[in-house]
Amino acid sequence: MADDGDVAGLGKARATAFLAPALLLISVFLVFPALWTLYLGVTNFRLSGSAARNPKFVGLDNYINALSDDRFLNSLGLTIVFVFASAVVGQSVLGFSIAWTMTRVRKPVRAVVEFFVLLAWIIPSSVTTFLWYALLDRSNGTLNAMLSTGHMAWLLQYPLQSIIVFNTWVGTAFSMLLFSSALASVPPSQMESARMVGAGTWAQLRDVVFPHIRGHALTNTLLITLWTFNTFTPYLLTAGGPDDRSNILPIFIYRLALNDGALGQGAAISLIMIVINLVIATVYLRLLKERKS
Amino acid sequence: MTAEQRGATPAREGRNMLGHFLGLMGKTVFTALVLAFFVIPVLWLVFAPFDAHPSLNVKLPEFTFNNFKVLLANPNAIGSLGNSLILALGSMVLVLVLGSLASYSLSRVRIPGRDVLLYTLLLLSSIITGTAAMVPTFLLMVKLGLIDSQFGVILVLSGGILPTVIFILKDFMDSTPKSYEESARLYGARPLRILWDVVIPLARPGLATIAVWAVVQVWGNFLVPYILLRSPSKSPAAVVMYTFYTEGGQPNLALISAFSLLFSVPVIAMYFFVNRRYGFRFHGGIKS
Amino acid sequence: MASITTNSLVKEYPGGVRGVDEMDVTINDGEFFALLGPSGCGKTTLLRTIAGLEKSTSGSIRIGDREVTNLEPGQRRVAMVFQDYALFPHMSIADNISYPLKIQKVSKQERRTSAEDVGGKLSLQGLLERRPGQLSGGQQQRVALARAVSSRPDVFLFDEPLSNLDARLRLEARTFLKKLQLDLGVTTVFVTHDQAEALALADRIAVMRSGKLQQLGTPREVFQRPANTFVASFVGSTPMNLLEGTVRDGQVQIGNSAVPLPQSAAGLAGEGQTVTWGARPEYLDVATSTKAGSLAGSVTVSENLGAAVLLTVQLDGHDQDVQVVVGEDFEPAIGTSVWVTSEPRRTLLFDSEGLRIGD
Repeated sequence: MADDGDVAGLGKARATAFLAPALLLISVFLVFPALWTLYLGVTNFRLSGSAARNPKFVGLDNYINALSDDRFLNSLGLTIVFVFASAVVGQSVLGFSIAWTMTRVRKPVRAVVEFFVLLAWIIPSSVTTFLWYALLDRSNGTLNAMLSTGHMAWLLQYPLQSIIVFNTWVGTAFSMLLFSSALASVPPSQMESARMVGAGTWAQLRDVVFPHIRGHALTNTLLITLWTFNTFTPYLLTAGGPDDRSNILPIFIYRLALNDGALGQGAAISLIMIVINLVIATVYLRLLKERKS
Repeated sequence: MTAEQRGATPAREGRNMLGHFLGLMGKTVFTALVLAFFVIPVLWLVFAPFDAHPSLNVKLPEFTFNNFKVLLANPNAIGSLGNSLILALGSMVLVLVLGSLASYSLSRVRIPGRDVLLYTLLLLSSIITGTAAMVPTFLLMVKLGLIDSQFGVILVLSGGILPTVIFILKDFMDSTPKSYEESARLYGARPLRILWDVVIPLARPGLATIAVWAVVQVWGNFLVPYILLRSPSKSPAAVVMYTFYTEGGQPNLALISAFSLLFSVPVIAMYFFVNRRYGFRFHGGIKS
Repeated sequence: MASITTNSLVKEYPGGVRGVDEMDVTINDGEFFALLGPSGCGKTTLLRTIAGLEKSTSGSIRIGDREVTNLEPGQRRVAMVFQDYALFPHMSIADNISYPLKIQKVSKQERRTSAEDVGGKLSLQGLLERRPGQLSGGQQQRVALARAVSSRPDVFLFDEPLSNLDARLRLEARTFLKKLQLDLGVTTVFVTHDQAEALALADRIAVMRSGKLQQLGTPREVFQRPANTFVASFVGSTPMNLLEGTVRDGQVQIGNSAVPLPQSAAGLAGEGQTVTWGARPEYLDVATSTKAGSLAGSVTVSENLGAAVLLTVQLDGHDQDVQVVVGEDFEPAIGTSVWVTSEPRRTLLFDSEGLRIGD
């Protein structure tokens, strides 16, 4: 466009002045910490003691230590299982199934179901974790009462499974909403065309619905993967325990850096996280741009 | 093709009926299971606050408002809700002011590298999450002397959500018709005046959405204040709630239940208000 | 090949609105049949009910000797071409055309042969590997038709088949469609709001309004002998003139003038009866000097139609206008006094209910 659209006569100088405060805030509190991670990751910085006053350059030691540390590898493995099971499988599949089923039920039913699914998403995380803490409690929990499982200590016996189910419960709303709007964008005449030639539900899904919402499904998967990978909320439920059995990366970093004080090591692992985030986000933005053009 | 190959033989019709019945059954059973999964955990939040003897179990309450009296008598709890409000409103005002100025200038002036800047900002806000950046953020705040300061928490939270705010607001600004501004300019209004008199009112739905979104983000945030605040008197409800049930002894369920409800209701109400008024809109990274 | 019969067919929406109200129609085997009416008249609802996409509230539908009222759409042996064609954007043209066969689990090889065969018939050779998005509107329409043909249905249903094409292409596609239907000989029902399309294509037309059948007849019958004033004004490229009048001395008194009684109503209209006199603009003429049995007035608007001119004439002593189509050479100045003349065998008479008097 030849016209730059500066209809209010802002001018470049004033535009920059309008932009500066926001950019300053973002630079100091978002960009700088990220860059600092690069530096911290190659030092033996600690929260207290001599290494806190005089951090030494240790090169790639932190990274080498991390990659050969069983606790880190355990945490990475748990994180992959957690993300795959609760986001890619749990939230996506459940979210799509709900969205699909809700197109074929009466309006009030749909409104009620969507309300409760959304509720799980918007209640503050400290409250939802307590609700699940109560639900899964060993002596008084509702789940044990419902299943007659006696005094099963779910959070101790099945910590990873518990936070997977919990995270599916919390996050399904997003997938449901996204798939609902995706399904609404499938032209009804195409579904009807398939029905006219006798296509059943499965054939309609395969030939009409899935090809139409492929882009949405990918967007959904990438976003929820990113969020699930970075969620700290399970800390409130299991604090990573027992015996590190639900010690996903965000919790691992917190305990390593801020509880045990190994800031340098924590920063190195943070950087690994940021790099993984970067990969996911780049793929996502690339897709977003492709679809716009 | 002959009639036998395709069409309504009795067997086919029978299978059709059966399929229909199974479809209906499946739909009903699935809906019931979904409802159970999502409703049962929140039932406690509905019943326990009004129960004279709340336990961890879900049960019909012996009705009372006494739990709320317990809550009101606890200065720690009430204060923490106030702290949440300070953090939420503070961040909301900060991101709205900085965000509308920035998005307006990005929307109206073709600053060199604008698109790259926008995408970089969005990328940064989605990869530098509170969890991934907790170590350097903590250190930065120590150096700046902003540990245990609510203002510090507001700055960090605002920095995190500002890129998304700018991105979404720019979308809204782009879609407001430019002829209004041109007409205001013809009458001699200066840029800030135009922004205030014309653009802000036109972008009000967008601003309202962003305002609510910012409040919801900050209101429930646990990690940032948990790391950056020390004194319980400054901690927001999200952190205080956690200490209520983890710090030793029997959790006071009367207090926790009433507190949970009071803490949850504002965001639920706001969310559904915006949803009803403006509908749900998707933007990259609207929830993090 | 099959006929279609609906029996007291009703489609009622929640809230009691009837999209289709007590429809009794028989569509003959091999017929090209139009459902015509303004938007919201229920024509599309009727088509979708025949297709099985809408469930009827009461009544029945038969196709040939089969009762299909409660069958799923895929079991009725009907094919439908949608207004937006509903081609699957992610499938090639060949896959689109042979999609019905895929659902019937026909082998890949046979599907390919069939797609080439049907595609060839509809002049789609060389386009089979493309995607729908790469085709023009006219080509897309032919693909949609090819898909319908390849399922070898008893009945074709077309929903506004020509409305998505631009004006020039539409005429071409219209001729193509008529020829195709003639060649295949398959019973075809199509919905349109365009009376010219219905007249040009259909063997018979059902004119609908508010879910009810107004008239069922050949294009000639519907055009020349409309059953009521609604059909009279809806069918025809310029609407029929409908003037209020009274029967006096074997003539129809309209304002200050009187016109001869229409031939079809001879002896059927009582003296003093309030009637509506109907005459198509194409069947009227104007004279520049007074004539017996003509309507006196003055020209207020003159519109050039190319080969003809459409005049709007304000009648003396009457608050209604009359429109007349005249030859292209006659271009009177605005305000010119004219006398509108008619032929009794070309005019019609309607009673105060709007129903036509006579056969």
